[in-house]
Amino acid sequence: MKNLFRTKSDKMFDIFNYVFFTIAVIIVIYPLYFIVISSISDPLHVAAGKVVFYPKGFTIEGYEKVMTHDTIPRGYLNSIFYTCLGTFINLLLTLPPGYALSKKDLVFKNQIMVYLVIPMYISGGLIPTYILIKNLDMLDKIWSLLIPGAVSVWNIIIARTFFQSNIPNELWESAMMDGCRHTRFFLSIVLPLSMPLVSVMILFYGIGHWNAWFNALIYIRNRKLFPLQLVLREVLFFNDKNIDFIKDPEELVRRQRLAESIKYASIIVASVPVLMIYPFLQKYFTKGIMVGSLKG
Amino acid sequence: MSSTGLVPGVSVEKKLKSSFQVLNKTKSRSRLRYILNNCELYLFLLPVIVHLAIFSYYTIYGVQIAFRDYDPLKGFLGSPWVGLKHMRRFINSPYFFQTLRNTLVLSIYSLAIGFPIPVFMALLLNQMVSQRYKRFVQTVLYAPHFISTVIVVGMLFIFLSPTNGPVNSVIKMFGKEPVYFIGIPELFSSIYVWSGVWQSAGWGMVIYLAALSSVPVELHEAAIIDGATKVQRIRYVDVPTIMPTIVILLILNLGNLISVGFEKVYLMQTALNISTSEIISTYVYKRGLNGGEFSFASAVGLLNNVANLILLIIFNRVARSISETSLW
Repeated sequence: MKNLFRTKSDKMFDIFNYVFFTIAVIIVIYPLYFIVISSISDPLHVAAGKVVFYPKGFTIEGYEKVMTHDTIPRGYLNSIFYTCLGTFINLLLTLPPGYALSKKDLVFKNQIMVYLVIPMYISGGLIPTYILIKNLDMLDKIWSLLIPGAVSVWNIIIARTFFQSNIPNELWESAMMDGCRHTRFFLSIVLPLSMPLVSVMILFYGIGHWNAWFNALIYIRNRKLFPLQLVLREVLFFNDKNIDFIKDPEELVRRQRLAESIKYASIIVASVPVLMIYPFLQKYFTKGIMVGSLKG
Repeated sequence: MSSTGLVPGVSVEKKLKSSFQVLNKTKSRSRLRYILNNCELYLFLLPVIVHLAIFSYYTIYGVQIAFRDYDPLKGFLGSPWVGLKHMRRFINSPYFFQTLRNTLVLSIYSLAIGFPIPVFMALLLNQMVSQRYKRFVQTVLYAPHFISTVIVVGMLFIFLSPTNGPVNSVIKMFGKEPVYFIGIPELFSSIYVWSGVWQSAGWGMVIYLAALSSVPVELHEAAIIDGATKVQRIRYVDVPTIMPTIVILLILNLGNLISVGFEKVYLMQTALNISTSEIISTYVYKRGLNGGEFSFASAVGLLNNVANLILLIIFNRVARSISETSLW
């Protein structure tokens, strides 16, 4: 039936549509593809602009240098640790509060909501936060990366809305009749029924931690605690930004050559975990995030 | 209660008052019982409440150092009060005009380009005939959103590098001189905005696609029977349906007009482009944390936040009066 009503302008539209999105896909993919083929090509060919469609002078030298780099492996392990622990803390401070707020008869619910929402619009800003962290003696401690951003009111509200529309109150009533209390109900009934929400939260919090570098930039001085992104920043921007800090010319040349060959491989190594998980969780995007936010 | 209310000798008012008191008492008693019975719910909320008290409310309280000469030894309250000194100093300094202009240029430019493109793309993608191709396009276009800012800016530097970047290779192929894009102040805003489109236009579609999936099929069927083309259906069926979503997101974006994300701009800054790349948030960072001028930097940050809040309120009012859609 659809074809019956397809006018000439519709056909034109469809063709345009396919062409438009094919170009968009190419624009998005090509830079990523270029990094991949450059990472396994001879740096000399890359520098000469000869690597365009496929790798030239195959080598995995860049990856070897990443593996033996003095800070990247350490930063990688640090980031894995921060991501796991940080995401766990985030979930602990998002899902149970969201569940509590999803109860319609919760006493003081409105007062608590106002208390939660105010910080979404007003914040102390960079400097008072820095002073607070300093006074709490959290500078140069891993907690400065995990605790200050542990609460996301926005995500609590998304979780609340998800529970409200997906966990019928009758379920709680019948469980309560059988002597079940909130903690048990939350762990054995609500969580298993909310996997779309939980996976989206893990994805967003996890990627947030993996990609974070700003808090580390201001709070962490000890290089042994640097997360991967902060190490990457030095690796990627050395040539263009920090060049004036190195005085010795020989050191300069040596570091430049090393930096050049290591750039592409380190980008790949740092993005792979993110790009690997995300397609698996993609089917939950609409289910988890949208159900939560649109009805809110 | 209404029939027994009029007992002779007792005024109605008094009677009503005492019955309210009883009601209030039983209400507060049942409230207390609810809290005791459901204390777990409050334990669930407690860590969040404590966290916000420390990391949000206490820092809001600490904003007062913007009006004081902060001295770490004397604390927030002990430091001498200087009123608007720091704000005046900022407004009278040459940096005020420069950072405000750069911030506004970046935010208005990226709003003008970055806001409509996802709407447009979502409307088109929603009409895609092949569902499989649609899913493929989504998977690819969402991906850059998940790449870190450090890597995106790193890639930007690689691509635009004058010595071995692919863009300059093409320029050299045509026999022209290579261009050091990142170092040209006039190009900074365009590089910032268009790389932002590359990174987030795809992900920006998500919310519109979700809104579009709620368009009733019957509307489209009726429009098809009436001989509407796809373009007409987008114009008269899809756009009106997602209009509230567009307005809400527009208000949110306009409310953030004076706050440009710190991270990307800071990474893209070089000594050569600093004249157009120094924005309020990077200035606050440099003066405050690198320069140690805590009070001055928080005064600048506070000015920025207040201006944002006022903008948000104004745009919300405007939106409510013209389109009956608003945040609150």
